[in-house]
Amino acid sequence: MATQNATVIIELHKVCKAFAKPSAEPLPVLKDIDISVTKGEILGLLGRSGSGKSTLLRIAGGLIKPTSGEVLYRGAPLAGPAEGIAMVFQTFALYPWLTVLDNVELGLDALGLSLDEARRRAMASIDLIGLDGFQSAYPRELSGGMRQRVGFARAIVSEPTLLLMDEPFSALDVLTAETLRTDFLDLWTEQKLPTKAVLMVTHNIEEAVLMCDRILVLSSNPARIAAEIPVPLRQPRDRLDAEFHGIVDEIYSTLTARSLESIGVHGQVHGGLAQPLPRASVNQISGLIEKLSAAPYAGNAELAQIAGALALEVDDLFPTAEALHILEFAVLKDGALKLSAAGRVFAQGNTDERKRLFREHLLRFVPLAAHIHRILEEREAHRAPRMRFEAELEDHLTRREAERTLRVVTGWGRYAELFGYDDKSRRFTVVEAAE
Amino acid sequence: MEHHAEVLTGGVWRQRIPGWRDVAATLLVLGVMVLIGVGAHQMVAPFVAAQQPAISLSPAALPLYTLRTMMRMLAALVASLIFTFTYATLAAKSRRAETVLIPVLDVLQSVPILGYLSFTVVFFVSLFPGNELGPELAAIFAVFTSQAWNMAFSFYQSLRTIPSDLDEASRSFRASAWQRFWRLEVPFAMPGLIWNMMMSMSGGWFFVVASEAISVGDVQITLPGVGSYVARAIQERDLGAVGWAILAMTIAIILYDQLLFRPMVTWAEKFRYEQTAAGIVPRSWVLELFRRSRLMTRFNERIGMGLHRAVRTPLVLPRTIREATPWSLPPRIVDVVWYSLIVAAIAYVVWALLRYAGSVLSLADLRIAASNGALTLLRVAVLIVIASMIWVPIGVFVGLRPNLTAIVQPIAQFLAAFPANLLFPVVVFLIVRFDLAPKIWLSPLMILGTQWYILFNVIAGASAFPSDLREAAATFRVRPWRWWREVMLPGIFPYYVTGAITASGGAWNASIVSEVVSWGPTKLNGSGLGAYIAQMTEAGDYPRIALGVATMSALVIVANRLLWRPLYRFGERRTRLD
Repeated sequence: MATQNATVIIELHKVCKAFAKPSAEPLPVLKDIDISVTKGEILGLLGRSGSGKSTLLRIAGGLIKPTSGEVLYRGAPLAGPAEGIAMVFQTFALYPWLTVLDNVELGLDALGLSLDEARRRAMASIDLIGLDGFQSAYPRELSGGMRQRVGFARAIVSEPTLLLMDEPFSALDVLTAETLRTDFLDLWTEQKLPTKAVLMVTHNIEEAVLMCDRILVLSSNPARIAAEIPVPLRQPRDRLDAEFHGIVDEIYSTLTARSLESIGVHGQVHGGLAQPLPRASVNQISGLIEKLSAAPYAGNAELAQIAGALALEVDDLFPTAEALHILEFAVLKDGALKLSAAGRVFAQGNTDERKRLFREHLLRFVPLAAHIHRILEEREAHRAPRMRFEAELEDHLTRREAERTLRVVTGWGRYAELFGYDDKSRRFTVVEAAE
Repeated sequence: MEHHAEVLTGGVWRQRIPGWRDVAATLLVLGVMVLIGVGAHQMVAPFVAAQQPAISLSPAALPLYTLRTMMRMLAALVASLIFTFTYATLAAKSRRAETVLIPVLDVLQSVPILGYLSFTVVFFVSLFPGNELGPELAAIFAVFTSQAWNMAFSFYQSLRTIPSDLDEASRSFRASAWQRFWRLEVPFAMPGLIWNMMMSMSGGWFFVVASEAISVGDVQITLPGVGSYVARAIQERDLGAVGWAILAMTIAIILYDQLLFRPMVTWAEKFRYEQTAAGIVPRSWVLELFRRSRLMTRFNERIGMGLHRAVRTPLVLPRTIREATPWSLPPRIVDVVWYSLIVAAIAYVVWALLRYAGSVLSLADLRIAASNGALTLLRVAVLIVIASMIWVPIGVFVGLRPNLTAIVQPIAQFLAAFPANLLFPVVVFLIVRFDLAPKIWLSPLMILGTQWYILFNVIAGASAFPSDLREAAATFRVRPWRWWREVMLPGIFPYYVTGAITASGGAWNASIVSEVVSWGPTKLNGSGLGAYIAQMTEAGDYPRIALGVATMSALVIVANRLLWRPLYRFGERRTRLD
């Protein structure tokens, strides 16, 4: 990519971003990110939610300043939103009080065009994106797909060189997303768009492989570029293609490797207490175990397969798979999930047996749960304020992660009847015998 | 003095624990008020009263009086809007300004408007000696203060809660501050702002009526208007004239509602951020008329185009408005200077206050003010309890029946807007007639006008109660007692608290005109803090007016902080599912 510098549209150099914390060291979200987007390509940023990929995209758009490192847009440092960069938002970000036409014209406000010229260009863009007839409608009258078309029209109306897309299809239903993707790719491959390059964020693996020429897989906490995967397939691409499958599997393997790595790393810090727990409810955990133990998987399945069969997004599947791995009900390896002996027993058990087994595993493999349990046992009143654990976790995790981890461990602990939690007093308590 | 729903529900409105800022702001506001009072006192000397027109009690004169009252309201509304756009924007955009402006606003909301009316009257009169403009401005200012704080708060809250995606979109399209203000900030704030304008307006009628006829010491003010008409009627003991005034005011309020607010609320619907279509779209025949009339449409298009051009201009505001300083000092130093200035200002005010108050007021004064305050506090508390016991069941009954709600809700809103001080003479007449004890029977006057806030908030809460929860309660045949305690009351609680805060704030304000009343030569004194302030106003005793106002403000602030806001937060936390 760096071969011909003239064709580089935007370049990120050793970009780091850390968010300040009131009482502790700033928390790094992005670390040493190097990206360059070249002319004519769609570059995908793929990662789990909360991996900082949206922050990265906003840094490229000049909306957020990096803590260190530099951003070069067409060779010059980027200081804030620039002419020639436009953005498509996950939530569409349409102004509900403006009509479709006015919303699209908004993309031209900063250019200071004459009213007639602005109208002409807006209509052309509306035409191109397939919105004609809707120009006088208000966003609330439109379906999600049509709303995002307005988002696209607004972004391309200023004829940007670089188009930034923040999970543009993830708020749409599957069919609508497919249509919009295809339409966009058609415009792109037929070179009807003025845009020279696209940088897009997604957490949908298939979408990334369908659209991008190159995919950067991000790891979490702090985000680094874990792998770069080229997609040398011709458009239009076919999901059933063997090569397509190969790339999807490769990404799944990369992601599992990253997720195992992060579990491993955190397992060593602070006696494992600060391990962030994935957002997985007990119902999701037992649901996945049951699915795995049943035919056709018989205890062993590829993640890509399960994701397809259960219509799960990566963001739903990975946390549950990680939870299984952490609790040692299954082993996550090379993009596949394999039930352990305990997992099989769990799948066969009745409610009480499951609870007992879950409790045992929670105590053995989740240091935080064991820690809370031990403190409650030690204390005479058998009570402990939530704040205390919050503070302990926040030394090592972000506020959001700490909050999530505590919520998850509370849910797990309640199910296992290992401890209770009283939201009124915000305290953990010992579970009283049910008799 | 009224805390409206928007202020309390505005998402991020996280009530801080009363901290140094609140204390400082309280000191600052009350101190400045006392100092202005002192200044005004000195200005009274060269004061020459304007030629006061005599007020005619003929019903034929009333339409013109009503019109003048309505114009005052409009002028105040415009002034409040300008204040809102500047003050709130500054508070939302500059962190340093925010640390001062917001606590000050918070305190100002709790200061009884009628209490400092005397100061402002004298102030404005001395600005334009011998001219009617002075009292006119004072009346407008009284209404302004009843509206501006709420509106500014609402706007500030909206600015702080602009959805991040819209914000990012406007930034990524490089909108200038001017474009952003008109394209994003004002439209986003519009529904809340208009709702607040409407609510403030309903409080405003009360104050415009009270401020049209007022005497401070030997300064007598009579502005032609409904308020002075009623004042004259009281002097003449003319109950028939009071009836005419009530009729005129009813028509004025209905006109305002139909011609101004209803079209605005309907129009503001399009600014709602939720992208789902609203359940019930308010209708307005006036707006429909405007939209359908061809002539009007053409006219509107012209104006619309002009505005559109104005809004599109990428006018760049001077940097100073965006962030503090024109010279590039390190922000830390600017902070230090800024906070030192604030501290110095507060220190000066406290010093001046102590020096001044020490020379005029004695400990006995404090004791009198405090005991009067306790009496009024007791009255407000008892009245709120009684009003709640009456209106909560009725509100729930009405709110659960959509057909009934459609009829009752506008009436309740109208009653809340109706200036209760016009009704006082009727009640006072009855008290005099039947020789009732004023200490007890004057009390209900305080809540006469503001109890409706409880009613219509409860109605709103009950009609917003999720129907699935109601159906669940019905299928499980929940018993009545349990139904009230565990189903309905928690459901309407946040709404009720909003209503009760407004009602109690209004009651404090009303106490100033309701604890001392007259009917012709007969004077009834119910004693209490309101009576104290009213008497001191009549005597032109500025230090004691200030003392009374400060005591009342302090009581209101304490009640808000210790009772209402914790209750509100509790209710809100309990009724959330996530």
